[in-house]
Amino acid sequence: MAKFISKELKATRLGFGETLVELGQENPNVVVLGGDVTGSVRTDLFMKAFPERFISVGVSEQDMMGTAAGLAVAGKIPFASTYGEFAVGRPFDQIRQSLAYSELPVKICASHCGITVGPDGATHQSLEDIAIMRVLPHMNVASPCDYHQTKKMVRATMGLKQPVYLRFFRDNTPVFTDPSAEFTFGKADTLIDGSDVTVIACGLQVWEAILAEEVLSKEGVRVRIINMHTIKPIDKEAVVKAAKETGAIVTAEDHQRHGGLGGAVAEVLAEKYPAPQEFVAVNDTFGESGNGYDLMKKYHLDSVAIVDAVRKILKRKKYH
Amino acid sequence: MPTTELSDLQEMARQIRRDIIKMLMISKSGHSGGPLGLADVFTALYFDVLKIDPKNPGWDGRDYFFLSAGHLCPVWYATLARRGYIPLNELTTLRKINGRLQGHPAPAYTHGVPGVEIASGALGQGLSVAVGCAIGLRLSGKRNRVYCLMGDGELDEGQIWEAAMTAGHHKVDNLIGIVDRNHCQIDNRTEKVMDLEPLAAKWKAFNWDVLECNGNDLGQFVETVKQAQALKGKPVAILAHTYMGRGVSFMEDDYRWHGVPPSEEQGKQALLEISPTRLGDFIEFEWERVAVPVQVQ
Repeated sequence: MAKFISKELKATRLGFGETLVELGQENPNVVVLGGDVTGSVRTDLFMKAFPERFISVGVSEQDMMGTAAGLAVAGKIPFASTYGEFAVGRPFDQIRQSLAYSELPVKICASHCGITVGPDGATHQSLEDIAIMRVLPHMNVASPCDYHQTKKMVRATMGLKQPVYLRFFRDNTPVFTDPSAEFTFGKADTLIDGSDVTVIACGLQVWEAILAEEVLSKEGVRVRIINMHTIKPIDKEAVVKAAKETGAIVTAEDHQRHGGLGGAVAEVLAEKYPAPQEFVAVNDTFGESGNGYDLMKKYHLDSVAIVDAVRKILKRKKYH
Repeated sequence: MPTTELSDLQEMARQIRRDIIKMLMISKSGHSGGPLGLADVFTALYFDVLKIDPKNPGWDGRDYFFLSAGHLCPVWYATLARRGYIPLNELTTLRKINGRLQGHPAPAYTHGVPGVEIASGALGQGLSVAVGCAIGLRLSGKRNRVYCLMGDGELDEGQIWEAAMTAGHHKVDNLIGIVDRNHCQIDNRTEKVMDLEPLAAKWKAFNWDVLECNGNDLGQFVETVKQAQALKGKPVAILAHTYMGRGVSFMEDDYRWHGVPPSEEQGKQALLEISPTRLGDFIEFEWERVAVPVQVQ
């Protein structure tokens, strides 16, 4: 019996765009910066609702981050949004100095992250963004697993005093979390409890983990699934508890295997409670064009890859 | 209260030049040339132009000042000290561990200095920040002005021109950009490293109004800022023509003084050339107490 059911497909980026409009209605200080991809990242909704509070900076991501910093200095609550690769890779120095070091509460909201952006190919597949943002002091990093969680996460950024990087996806993806479930930055959700192995996932891999669990539970493997929506600050307690109680960890993410969620979890394990870990992630390579789901399969990021990783780690666990 | 008599302002600028030399002699690290060249501009801004309250750096009604070229901060720190933002004796802590006077400026809430709104040092970022701040203030219906000081070498950075385009596009007329046009950057003269001319035409082409003045003439600079304030409908760029190392004969107009402090001997010579003022130094060196005054050549 499925513990989670997806009744519909909806994009995380849409949840972002809709929530921006709600926040705009509630708070006159909310402003949005546009980098000429507003229809794609769904800031077009805010632009139509509040044209005077929508600031177009053109295709200039470095200027966008600086302008957002200045708006924050002037007391505004800026959301800067573009594609993941251009929200992080291009303006890294600007984010580092004008946002992170200066500790300004700007919200960087990136869509089209991960390999699932698909046909656009490797130049547009942001697979390094978690690693790049996670290493910055003062920066918070989070990636929601579905539309409902995106809405809560975007809303929760209003309470942050530091900059935050949020990671969304282009595709319409399963909507399966409870819209009334509580959301707290830095507090992981245990979606399914289990005692043999823990899958710690973020973003689209949370649903893939749920699909994997269905297969594995039929084989009698009791899988715990943790939705680690906040990668920084990571919920160390949840990681250590999982290591203690299940003794084996699989991490899963649509990101490079170095420096992402897997790296963050490995850092906690190495320091607090060493346990064997398998990484479901892009294996130090660039992507290519193709349908999003086909790419997930080819690059071993789907539920099949998670099932394989669990089987592998259960063997390792025996000899650990 | 700030003093606005021209002669008083000039006296202050001279004292700030002495402060810069002494700070750099103590820190033995930091930039000499640019800060000395800007003593007149900073004095004009902080003792005449800017609406500020040093006792309340975060005052809602303040004018916002951004130093985009962060390496110029010795002149900023000296000015902030003279204006009452930080204690004068704190100038001895430039670039020292556990201090607030970072080698490149950081805001107070990060561990830097009151009066600094945002970190700078990596070049080319300040104008974007200033544009964002000016747009934010305008959205809030506030009449505060925003000033951004850039180095001319810094204009090599592409982000400056992205920000210039944004400001022109949004007709950000509560913003005044000041370019320290001293024709010097680390490697050489700007004409050798990267030619900026026609510079006024560039800003005009980005839909800015442009004014030019002698940035080492305090009265002329203040008048030019007043003219800029009166212009409506566009952001205004002031090309302030200055000399790097102004006030010290052997540093003047020499790009090699961009990033180095004076040696003890050079510092002594510089302080002789910039004679003491009635405002008094923030520190008296041991040798000053015993030295016999030497005639300046």
